[in-house]
Amino acid sequence: MTTEAKKDSPLGRVIVITSGKGGVGKTTSAAAISAGLAKQGFKTVVIDFDVGLRNLDMIMGCERRVVFDFINVIQGDAKLKQALIKDKRLDTLSILPTSQTRDKDALTKEGVEQILKELKAEFDYIVCDSPAGIERGAQMAMYFADEAVVVTNPEVSSVRDSDRVLGLLSSQTRRAETEGAEPIKAQVLLTRYDQERVEKGEMMTVEDVLEILAVPLLGVVPESKAVLKASNVGTPVVLDEPSAASRAYEDAVSRLTGTQVEMRIVGERRPGLFQRLFGRAS
Amino acid sequence: MSLFDLLRKPRPKTAQTAKDRLQILLAHERSSTGSAEADYLPMLQRDIIAAIRKHVPIGEQDVEVRMERGDQMSSLEINIDLPGAVPSKAG
Repeated sequence: MTTEAKKDSPLGRVIVITSGKGGVGKTTSAAAISAGLAKQGFKTVVIDFDVGLRNLDMIMGCERRVVFDFINVIQGDAKLKQALIKDKRLDTLSILPTSQTRDKDALTKEGVEQILKELKAEFDYIVCDSPAGIERGAQMAMYFADEAVVVTNPEVSSVRDSDRVLGLLSSQTRRAETEGAEPIKAQVLLTRYDQERVEKGEMMTVEDVLEILAVPLLGVVPESKAVLKASNVGTPVVLDEPSAASRAYEDAVSRLTGTQVEMRIVGERRPGLFQRLFGRAS
Repeated sequence: MSLFDLLRKPRPKTAQTAKDRLQILLAHERSSTGSAEADYLPMLQRDIIAAIRKHVPIGEQDVEVRMERGDQMSSLEINIDLPGAVPSKAG
């Protein structure tokens, strides 16, 4: 797909995709959001900060094209241009994979800052896919961010960890440490949401989670079979066949770019004939 | 679903329990994380022992400080084990 780059001078906005807890959908979201931004014509790069456990490359479907990585660039073994992988589907999208062999101490604040500075000169959006936890990799992924997408599942441990991460975003980042700087704009992306279970009272509602975390909502991504299907073949959800999940991510991306989009929460399946006849009495 | 289940009382909604538990927990975690007063209980215990020792000889183990964090109210329970018989000097 050929998309036209929108502006001459890039926006250079750094967005961290973080969560604290693992397995909530950070990498899926980083892939979907970066592909969604690129699809809208923004020059976008997505960086994998999960040093040692490289995964973004598989979700993006470029795992066989990795030659140099993020750490090689930090350590001066490769030029940034050599490490960036151009997406084959969208010419506005690039991927900066992480290292599989080094340990997370290889990420230095100075190194990350230098790379982000170079990327800002060229890209509209720099999406940082954070590792789980709150250790070095996660700290480095969020430190230079302008915006944060906190991926949360409607489940107690995920909400607790998100709260912790929101605390770190407002205290352990450059924007937090710089006097007079605007704080990081943090928003919640609720994933694996199951409307049916919510209606049965088995799952916290969107409102419950927002009331607890007290930050704006970027979007609600329903639990969807499309996510696993897309990851199986290395396609970001928004570039695969349309699904409830892909639409939710597209809406979230539009909100990120400042477009007002009505919040809609759509489940995966339409109710079957039986359910329609007998309502939700099951 | 059997006929029996239909007669049974509806189960309490677990989502509400989840929300309540989180709200109580996070209220405390937010106030303590990263601040200097995170672990004031051990210090409080030390100070209480020091204060009592000025008047009564007690051991390190004789003061017990416990905190119970609740939704509406938190309570601080301090148990001081005083020595049973104070030896009389006049005896």
